[in-house]
Amino acid sequence: MIEMTHHVALISRRSLIRTARQPGTWIPPLTFPLILMAVNSNGLRAATHLPGFPTHSFLAFFMPFAFMQGALFASGIAGTDLARDIDTGFLNRLALTPVRGGALLMGQIGGAVGLGAVQAVLYLGAALAAGVHIDAGPGGAALILLFAIGTAAGFGSLGLWLALRTGSGEGVQSMFPLLFFLLLISSMNLPRNLIEVTWFRDLATINPVSYLIEALRSLVIEGWNAEALLLGFGCMLALMAVSMVLAARQLRLRMTRT
Amino acid sequence: MSSRLEVALALAYRQTTVLLKNPSFFVPPMLFPLMNFVAFAGGLSRLHQVPGFGFPDGYTAFVFVFVLLQSAAFGGVFTGFAIARDFERGFARRLLVSAPHRSGIIIGYGLAAFVRWSMIAAVLTVVALVGHMQIGGDGIDLFGLYGLAVIFNQVGLLWACGVAMRLRSVQAAPLMQTPVFLALFLAPVYVPRALLQGWIHSVAALNPLTYLLEAGRGLISGRPDEVVLAFGVALLLLAAFAVWARTGLSRAERAGA
Amino acid sequence: MSARDQGIVVEGLVRQFKDIRAVDGIDLTIEPGQIYGFLGPNGAGKSTTVHMLTTLLPPSAGRATVAGYDVVADGPSVRANIGAALQETALDPFLSAREHLRLQASLHGIRGQERLRLQDELLQRVGLTQAADRKVRTYSGGMKRRLDLALSLIHGPSTLFLDEPTTGLDPQSRAALWEEVGRLAREEGVTVFLTTQYLEEADVLADRVGIIDHGRIVAEGTPASLKAEIGRSTVEIVPESGDQLHRLGEILRRFGTDTAARPGAAAVRLDGNGGLADVVRALDQEDLRAAAINLHSPSLDDVFLAKTGRKLEGAEDDGP
Repeated sequence: MIEMTHHVALISRRSLIRTARQPGTWIPPLTFPLILMAVNSNGLRAATHLPGFPTHSFLAFFMPFAFMQGALFASGIAGTDLARDIDTGFLNRLALTPVRGGALLMGQIGGAVGLGAVQAVLYLGAALAAGVHIDAGPGGAALILLFAIGTAAGFGSLGLWLALRTGSGEGVQSMFPLLFFLLLISSMNLPRNLIEVTWFRDLATINPVSYLIEALRSLVIEGWNAEALLLGFGCMLALMAVSMVLAARQLRLRMTRT
Repeated sequence: MSSRLEVALALAYRQTTVLLKNPSFFVPPMLFPLMNFVAFAGGLSRLHQVPGFGFPDGYTAFVFVFVLLQSAAFGGVFTGFAIARDFERGFARRLLVSAPHRSGIIIGYGLAAFVRWSMIAAVLTVVALVGHMQIGGDGIDLFGLYGLAVIFNQVGLLWACGVAMRLRSVQAAPLMQTPVFLALFLAPVYVPRALLQGWIHSVAALNPLTYLLEAGRGLISGRPDEVVLAFGVALLLLAAFAVWARTGLSRAERAGA
Repeated sequence: MSARDQGIVVEGLVRQFKDIRAVDGIDLTIEPGQIYGFLGPNGAGKSTTVHMLTTLLPPSAGRATVAGYDVVADGPSVRANIGAALQETALDPFLSAREHLRLQASLHGIRGQERLRLQDELLQRVGLTQAADRKVRTYSGGMKRRLDLALSLIHGPSTLFLDEPTTGLDPQSRAALWEEVGRLAREEGVTVFLTTQYLEEADVLADRVGIIDHGRIVAEGTPASLKAEIGRSTVEIVPESGDQLHRLGEILRRFGTDTAARPGAAAVRLDGNGGLADVVRALDQEDLRAAAINLHSPSLDDVFLAKTGRKLEGAEDDGP
């Protein structure tokens, strides 16, 4: 256990260093969601005039989008880095060391998780600076950060699975539109009860990303909503678990060492 | 000796062939506008109930105009990626050596961008019609709408072309697409300009794309408004970015690319 | 018996990929401290063999032990005792050499002062001390290969696998790598399994050579014995004056049998009645001047040609 923890720390350290040394990798996740948050929160401000809209601050409503988009970027980063390791043979180099598969996977998402943490602090800070009030208080703000990091880890693991399955950075990137679509067909822009088109509302209802967004949102505009939080955290943990299991299985197939 | 048009047609043929043989190049520029259309028309349709919305032909048509222009711009930008790839792989050098009228190269890429976008626009239009989009305009109005989109497609291409020829690397892709993305979203995307509040209202008023969008929405609803202004703006952008692209080509020539 | 006292033993090793039999039953024994050259064209099965012996790929059939451990049953023990520099240099472009060594050493459980000492020692040994803190993406091909070698040595393995280690290197870098590999075997008793397409590399470095083609070993032995199997050297001489060609041929026939020569030259295959020095002495005694003298010794390419009917150098991959 101690050795495994040590290995996770070593691989994570490498992942963090690598991410930090690629500004082209971390600048878009830090800036793009903030820009979109600023643009959309103003462009859609009129939505707060709709009867039944839960808040008069569209920025407060829309804020979770940034965390979700940041998590998507995390999947790309983790996946692309692992795909590069497969391509260059570095994965074989690691396979020849005593490191176990589980430690390798957990360490590989270190960079994405680290970036996820920085992103979360930045987005939350920007929202607070723009006047957003967190109804759940400082505890809620801390939970937002924890939730955002967990979601980044979950999507990061998904990226790892894609990398192991496709073996290429292009393969990882090609899934990005699908993941982005999941974000679009959610309750990111309007509460589900205000979505007029039935099929869209139904899709948003079965889309786990809606619950991730609603859990975060509830902390900002409602306070402590147990149901939203349970659903959201449940989806986050399920995402992490499923992605990790898929990635672990795929790693066993790809790294066929005896 | 090839004329400018022959160079252009030969290059456009090659680009289109490459595109059709490589679906991975074709799918993203097709998918993104479709996804946006589905997300906006499906997820935001209730916005037409906001007091003062004032667009009678339904939210689908309202949003369709934006997505059409977005697809046009990105059809051009994605062709810009192809130009950058051509430089990285050395194909551009072959073009510069063999084309006697080098401005034909830009025209060729422009034709290729138009062909790429035409396919996307066709799919988008079919999807919108299947989604019961209401069209208040007549044939001439629609011709005007698609005409605006064609010009905007070329504007997107010329912008990306200029960047690609200056930087000559696919690493320039974010630089090609981010300004276009920002220009698109700093316009009245989701609601009419009158419903925008705060700084975005001021920015939208200065954004040339706002006039294209508003004219397009007028055309699709059969209530054309400020169409001449919109075409004027579009043609001005076309001229400006044509210069940008041509000077980019000169830079590439001087660099011996 | 320690791992360092045990070499590599392979019995009937097979690797099947769907309908391709990449390695088709090979047997070999490598003594500890030997440099074994594994020679063959592209697609012959060299890298597949290396992957099996380094536990990265399970064999379809057969058995192999490396450093005394079974590659299937004792994978972790094998890995603890081997170093491998595979075909790709397998480096992270965003890390420096020092960071690579730190990671590799730490993963092998080497820590603290010992790790620092080994890092510095290896950096010096492979000539990367100056560049140790630069990112690998700034390195030349030769520097990358040297770092690759250092990484494979950091944990002091008894057995080293080198898969085409000098491909793409300039002659100086190649010679430096050869020197280091030779030293490892001579002074530290490391067993080296080296795959290569380059005849010269096998000739210069290897104590014994195995030639593989279509997944099977077609010849095995020391470079000298393999070449001797094929035949003796050929001497070809161009006389200074063309009208002396006939007399030259008569002299040369004392030392061997006629063989094909270029126009204006005479050549014989030496039959053991004297070497090149004897030939030159004879010409001198007969007062016959030579404009050019060529000695062609059999090469490993000739061995490959004799065994397979194809030349090794420039041989295309036509699959097993």
